Amino acid sequence: MVCRGVSKTWAAGTARAHEALRDVDLDVAPGEFVVLLGPSGCGKSTLLYLIAGLEEATGGAIRSFRDAVDRPSPDRSLIFQETSLFPWLSVWQNVAFGLSIRGAPEEERRNVAREALARVGLAEAMHKRPDELSGGMRQRVAVARALAMRPKVLLMDEPFAALDVQTRAKMQDFLLDVWRDSGASVLFVTHHIDEAVALADRVVVFTARPGRIKSIVPVDLPRPRDPFSPECAHLRARLTGELRGEVDRAFAEQEALAGAA
Amino acid sequence: MSGNLAGTAGRLRRAGSSALASRPSALPPNVRQALSRLGWTVVSVGLFVGLWELAWLLGIADARLLPPPHIFLGNIPDQARFFNTATRWQIGVDAAAGPSPYEAVGITVAATAGRVFAGLAIAAVLSVTVGVLVRYFALFEKLTLPTITLLSPVSPIAWLPVAIFIFGIGNAPAIFMVVVALFFHMVLSTVSQIDGVNRNFINVGRTMGATKRQIYARVIIPAILPQMLIVLRLNLFGAWMVVLVAESTGVGFGLGQVIMLARNTFNPSLVFFTIALIGLLGFLTDWLLRQVQRRILYWVPQTTGVLRGL
Ligand SMILES: Nc1ncnc2c1ncn2[C@@H]1O[C@H](COP(=O)(O)OP(=O)(O)O)[C@@H](O)[C@H]1O
Ligand SMILES: [Mg+2]
Repeated sequence: MVCRGVSKTWAAGTARAHEALRDVDLDVAPGEFVVLLGPSGCGKSTLLYLIAGLEEATGGAIRSFRDAVDRPSPDRSLIFQETSLFPWLSVWQNVAFGLSIRGAPEEERRNVAREALARVGLAEAMHKRPDELSGGMRQRVAVARALAMRPKVLLMDEPFAALDVQTRAKMQDFLLDVWRDSGASVLFVTHHIDEAVALADRVVVFTARPGRIKSIVPVDLPRPRDPFSPECAHLRARLTGELRGEVDRAFAEQEALAGAA
Repeated sequence: MSGNLAGTAGRLRRAGSSALASRPSALPPNVRQALSRLGWTVVSVGLFVGLWELAWLLGIADARLLPPPHIFLGNIPDQARFFNTATRWQIGVDAAAGPSPYEAVGITVAATAGRVFAGLAIAAVLSVTVGVLVRYFALFEKLTLPTITLLSPVSPIAWLPVAIFIFGIGNAPAIFMVVVALFFHMVLSTVSQIDGVNRNFINVGRTMGATKRQIYARVIIPAILPQMLIVLRLNLFGAWMVVLVAESTGVGFGLGQVIMLARNTFNPSLVFFTIALIGLLGFLTDWLLRQVQRRILYWVPQTTGVLRGL
């Protein structure tokens, strides 16, 4: 996965043109876990949408395994922050949705769904409806749905942001297991420094809008990581420092915008 | 959570009144709920009837103009005579021929209800189809949406002559009237429902490799179904209103005909009897659609409980 000089201006060429990303260069190696960290509104989601092929970049190029990204592909599964399970389908039908799109027979769909749900620890919930599940379980189903497509890249847009702290910690452990099993690369967006410290092989810190890469911090700590270890504390302090100025800038800009409006 | 709340409520009730200690009820909760709803319907209607009767007792409501319920419902066989559906005026038909008065009421009601449902079904299928096509094909939108928008405020009454020009008399003009009264704004409502579909749902479909057609069939249509059924239920009443207008001209029999007969023969009792009948029918058909809605839309949470808690 390679991004070269990727830029995105929303509503380009109109009076409401709005620059979200500028000149982003980013490589993600196969099987790597990369965390995108930045203040809210800096364009992290925008970058994921571009990589997913849901939106078109206004500049630069994105390639995935040498193919130019110009449309969505099951190779690159996006997991959204809010629940995106279809309420009219049962859990297993949600997980097998991508297969049913390809016209896979019911037998295969059930098997794949069962296996994917087992991998996220929800084998019991096959026949439940999404609204019978808790927020954390729903996100796990969303992960299972992505895994069922055997993606090469998992794109995750603040998937655990709506969860409470304990659930989030559990979900992080679980995600690391799933990631190790699947061999996929993960591009994980968050604005939580702790989350970045717990998960990443590399942390990519963004500037305030328009989002540019401010720095890339490699994390060479073995997992599972003890959040209270001195190494983690050190890393947290470093990321906090990197981010502080950007958060202030993002705030100032938002206030200026509010003042102008 | 809700079990907790119920538990708390139970404790409160027990603590509050030992004298009025609630007897354990043998009925399952949903039956009890239905009974309670029915009870309140009776009370609500009873209140209205009571006020009317009171007005009659006090001499405010003139029985010749506003006959109270005990008069217009007092002699149902007498009222039923007016629902004559036999073609007795034709030469050579025996005066005693044709259905009995009660059968005639049944036939009349069935005919009108049939027109309502036929019109509703046709309008629903047509308008959802057109609404989806509008969003699916940009050219189709450009060609049709302006005209649909222009026509949607036209009162169904204005279509009545058109209905008769095109379809003459019989069932067809009445059904046409129902369809035309509902079609245009149901198209607009379909389009706005489609525009309101959660973007994430559509993006999930896209990342899974769904084609445009699959996204419409597998994501957009199920996503708009709940709202569309609500729109349909609201339009059911509109259909009942329009069908009477349509039936008042050019149809052999129907409730609209009975109303026209009552008007021409100055029979307020018959008017109110028919109104009561229509009210009852509207109520029953709404209940029916609600059941359908509950069956089809098993995934839509019931939120009235939350509102009650306010
Ligand atoms: N679909 C869109 N149309 C127009 N502007 C958008 C759209 N999506 C995001 N933006 C704008 O782009 C900027 C970056 O947004 P986003 O990528 O969602 O930030 P983040 O995910 O980092 O919080 C924001 O200023 C936002 O208002
Ligand atoms: Mg975001």
